[in-house]
Amino acid sequence: MSSPEVTEEPGRPDEITAVPVRHPGRWIVAAIVVVIAASLVRSAVTSSGFQWGVVGEYLFDANVLEGLVLTLELTVIAMVIGVALGVLLAVMRLSPNPLVSRASWLYIWFFRGTPVLVQLLFWYNIAALYPKLALGIPFGPAFIHPNVNTLVTAFRAGVLALGLNEGAYMAEIVRAGMISVNEGQTDAAQSLGMTRVQTLRRIVLPQAMRVIIPPTGNETISMLKTTSLASVITVPELLRSVENIYSRNFKVIPLLIVASIWYIVCTSVLYVGQYYLERYYGRGASRELSPTMLQRWKGGILSGRREWA
Amino acid sequence: MSGLMVNAEAVHKRFGRLEVLKGITLEVARGEVMCLLGPSGSGKSTFLRCINHLEKINSGRLSVDGELVGYRQVGTRLHELRESEVARKRAEIGMVFQHFNLFPHMTAIENVTCAPVRVKGIGREQARTRGAELLDRVGLADKLDSYPAQLSGGQQQRVAIARALAMEPKLMLFDEPTSALDPELVGEVLQAMQQLARDGMTMIVVTHEIGFAREVADTVVFMDEGVVVEAGGPADVIANPRHERTKSFLSKVL
Repeated sequence: MSSPEVTEEPGRPDEITAVPVRHPGRWIVAAIVVVIAASLVRSAVTSSGFQWGVVGEYLFDANVLEGLVLTLELTVIAMVIGVALGVLLAVMRLSPNPLVSRASWLYIWFFRGTPVLVQLLFWYNIAALYPKLALGIPFGPAFIHPNVNTLVTAFRAGVLALGLNEGAYMAEIVRAGMISVNEGQTDAAQSLGMTRVQTLRRIVLPQAMRVIIPPTGNETISMLKTTSLASVITVPELLRSVENIYSRNFKVIPLLIVASIWYIVCTSVLYVGQYYLERYYGRGASRELSPTMLQRWKGGILSGRREWA
Repeated sequence: MSGLMVNAEAVHKRFGRLEVLKGITLEVARGEVMCLLGPSGSGKSTFLRCINHLEKINSGRLSVDGELVGYRQVGTRLHELRESEVARKRAEIGMVFQHFNLFPHMTAIENVTCAPVRVKGIGREQARTRGAELLDRVGLADKLDSYPAQLSGGQQQRVAIARALAMEPKLMLFDEPTSALDPELVGEVLQAMQQLARDGMTMIVVTHEIGFAREVADTVVFMDEGVVVEAGGPADVIANPRHERTKSFLSKVL
């Protein structure tokens, strides 16, 4: 018959306070990392080759910023084409019509099988292959005859090449996402009277997103950097714009650093965006919403400190 | 209109070379509760999936509410129904699955209102009011905004029942609705089903719950290896089975 005033349960042992295991190995590795990092920073600050003054001078140069905008435009348009094409190809690939599914397979096989740089050069020189386009009834009369040379500018060639190439990779990502959704979901949707298209749009694709988003984020980050290949076909994007400058003043390294800084700033922004997109599409997958990025950093540092104790 | 909700005549179903249904002949009257018993692999679930055309039958006749499933008869020839027509007919038949198959990216109320809004074109507000009523009826009035992952198995299955009821079906199919549940959660789901039976719903239930079949079923059908071995009232089939196969099955599950 215990009275309610009792605060300490009888027989409950004290909290354990033990001497933790020491980890001398961790301290040694940490020391090595710190030394390497410090010497890298020192060389970056003291070496004259970096020419930080020049970097600062050109970081917000009008030509560089114009190049940056063009890089972002290329990335966005190519990814939009890539994602749209990827969804279409993935749906085609899973179509019950064998001809449609083979066509999708053939497209993916071709565009994954050739280097994107070669595809860029191809589109840049497409006028040599098809000097004139004709839009009209197949095998019948044509209504307009645009000149391919003026139609496919360097920028458009870049967008086409990058977008069409991306479509092939996105198709595989989307298909993997759709396959990952349990068949019972389709059964349930169909038993409720949904058509194939409704089932795809409302049930399968939203769930596939959880699988599709992370690799798509990677693809976008990768695309941002791949656009630098368009410099080869004279598109004045970020890399080309710094190349133009250093071909005049020969300050190669500082200008490449300028381009690198902008690339890393953009990819970092994309990384944050990807994190929150994943968080949004992960809802319902676990019992509680995953932490925001800030919460995760704080948590990481705190638990890290505990580990070190 | 005949009093039959489901009429199956010599229904055959093959998967490749494997014949799963070898001539099923059954009648389910309006308002009847039929329990299908039998060992796994006997074709019970396949037969259920044939009724709402999730599986196509290979031969025989199968009709729901006087209309053929998946076909239209013109003269003596059968014409396949278009996808939209099949979907419209499925919308009138509710189905509850062994593994619930709730949509994990939607809350309980969204699961329940999704089909009425998308398929029937009912207004969002109206669908929500009706959906909340249905969830209340299965005892989940406080779980409207929970995601399936936040619910227990029994609660998920009750949401699945409400989701099927939201389409106001004339027939409900249950495919082993309690087989994936912890034993202590089976009762709440059976209770919801019993309530539904009392309200006069026509139900076909594939189950291993002999107690439920005995209490709720009007007809009990014992299936084995793709054929109906024995059918009749629960007092006959469960209490006094005539066939050896039924006896040995019941002695194992009772």
